[in-house]
Amino acid sequence: MSTLEIKDLHVSIETEQGSKEILKGVSLVIRTGETHAIMGPNGSGKSTLASTIAGHPRYNVTSGSITLDGEDVLEMSVDERARAGVFLAMQYPVEVPGVSMTNFLRTAKTAIDGEAPKLRTWTKDVKAAMEQLRIDADFAQRNVNEGFSGGEKKRVEILQLELFKPKFAVLDETDSGLDVDALKVVSEGVNRAHADGNMGTLLITHYTRILRYIKPDFVHVFVDGQVVEEGGPELADRLEEEGYDRYAKGAGAAAAPAAAQA
Amino acid sequence: MTEITTEKARIGAPSAQPFIDGFTEEGESLSPINAGTTKAPLAGDSAKSHSHGGGVGIPDSSRAGRLTSYKLADFKPLTGLEEDWRFTPLKRLRGLHSEVLAGAAPTVVVNGPEQVIVESVGRDDQRIGTAGIPEDRVSANAWENFAGATVVTIPSEFEATAEITVDIEGTSLEAAAQHLVIVAEKFSKAVVVLNHKGSAVVSENVEIIVEDGASLTVITLQEWNDDAVHASSQQAKIGRDAKLKHVMVSLGGDLVRITPSARFTAPGGEAEMFGLYFADAGQHLEQRLFVDHAVANCKSNVLYKGALQGRNAHAVWVGDVLIRKEAEGTDTYEANRNLLLTDGARADSVPNLEIETGLIEGAGHASATGRMDDEHLFYLMARGIPEDVARRLVVRGFLNEIIQQIKVPSIEERLTDAVERELALTDN
Repeated sequence: MSTLEIKDLHVSIETEQGSKEILKGVSLVIRTGETHAIMGPNGSGKSTLASTIAGHPRYNVTSGSITLDGEDVLEMSVDERARAGVFLAMQYPVEVPGVSMTNFLRTAKTAIDGEAPKLRTWTKDVKAAMEQLRIDADFAQRNVNEGFSGGEKKRVEILQLELFKPKFAVLDETDSGLDVDALKVVSEGVNRAHADGNMGTLLITHYTRILRYIKPDFVHVFVDGQVVEEGGPELADRLEEEGYDRYAKGAGAAAAPAAAQA
Repeated sequence: MTEITTEKARIGAPSAQPFIDGFTEEGESLSPINAGTTKAPLAGDSAKSHSHGGGVGIPDSSRAGRLTSYKLADFKPLTGLEEDWRFTPLKRLRGLHSEVLAGAAPTVVVNGPEQVIVESVGRDDQRIGTAGIPEDRVSANAWENFAGATVVTIPSEFEATAEITVDIEGTSLEAAAQHLVIVAEKFSKAVVVLNHKGSAVVSENVEIIVEDGASLTVITLQEWNDDAVHASSQQAKIGRDAKLKHVMVSLGGDLVRITPSARFTAPGGEAEMFGLYFADAGQHLEQRLFVDHAVANCKSNVLYKGALQGRNAHAVWVGDVLIRKEAEGTDTYEANRNLLLTDGARADSVPNLEIETGLIEGAGHASATGRMDDEHLFYLMARGIPEDVARRLVVRGFLNEIIQQIKVPSIEERLTDAVERELALTDN
């Protein structure tokens, strides 16, 4: 069993107007087997948290810590984090021209496992995973994300999740831009990866829709770079009915009960 | 790619007015003597005072006004200020522009299907001079000095299933002249590979004749030794409904300057021109191409991609596309992309598009030079791939787009390996 712990994390980005703080003290503990949903309005810092965990160079951690079983994640380079077992399903996966999916998947798997996968089983695994996610076989020959639709890109992210078997998966708005069918397919993929009980999931979403298919154990509401409310799955139901309006009226006032709980 | 500079379609001939002191519309004038003078960005002096080309009503700046002549004497000695030589370090030409080219030409060995006719001919062979007239002094110098030519003919209606390889191997550094003629007769189909290797100082003229309905692929590979100096004018004449695919790959050599041109002589022609270059420290790799849409309803597509690494690695790409008044229904696009892998490398990229008729299907050009895209690296590294491996993947992918065009597996494999070797140098 593994633990990903985020403690009082403060993150800023450089803008033309100078440094801007996006995350203002975030603390979370995620254990193997758990699914945490992070919900919040646009601009609340949800995606910043995801990118910071993965080590995107744009985000500067000014204080706080992220540890994986006690190991300092912030000290690790982007690739070291991935090899340590952290996976980020990106909101906007980039196209990498000229690099075939087949080559990319094998190279990544080799890097993560520290040895090349056995060719025969690997090819079979890739094919099976693609079928389950209803990704056409010819995608393997295409270049990474090149010419893929939004929904196809998201499926390919989940394909990687299933193949790389990380300890912790951070899903950055994987549900946005998906129609209901694609949402089901993608959710099934996440649930399969989760089923072995060897993965913890941090599910970042704007909408409650995906939570009908992926059941969270914990829900955290993010407003203005802070967790303002935490609870069980029932909190998501409440958000579905009420939306984020009551938080937006005054982040300061809403933060008070969260602080009282802590 | 992170695009540092992007130039989007500029329509019409470049203006003769300098914009900023020391700059032409195409960018920096390299010579201080040029600063402040009103020098035409194209053709320059050569357009004003010569016996051929140019003519009444053709502006100095138009590619149509470029001097062409078989005679060396018609071209003035080079100073480095000429538009078409301004990026080239003349000192490193080792006399190709100034000496009598008396050295022994690199040996030529042709292999291919037996139906293909290979001849060694003298200067007086009537096929010589049918595809092009020299357009610069170095090309004219080779014309003046070449002893004999190799003519490769693909007979009419013959469809070659295996490629025709022309091995051109240099063994001496004495300045030499070379001449090749490739004729794809009517309705023939073939792939011709020019393998340039060894050590040489050579100016080469390659005439390419693509007769009506023929489909010809010419792949010119420059895998010279480090000391080689090579100038090659490769002029193609494209007949009715004929198709030329020209693929240029420059990897080795001290100075390599390839000037391919495609001229349409009848409607329905198609030209695809691809290029790949990888310039290392101190290397000068230059490519200037010209697509002459002189007749209606022809198509052209140009894509050149380069990677540069190391101090004073220098690549030059100039793409001139001319759509003449008669060339209605033209469809053309040209693009150049450069990836700068280290500090100290320089890429000059100049797309020129002249359009003399509005009745065309499409015309566009683009150029981008930049560093590697951090988002590409982040994506790959976020999947556990170490940075050095990720960088190689990105560069390989970038250049692969050209290699994939070759469609001769053995050559594709060889070039992929060659790119790997170039990339391995970066790590040192």
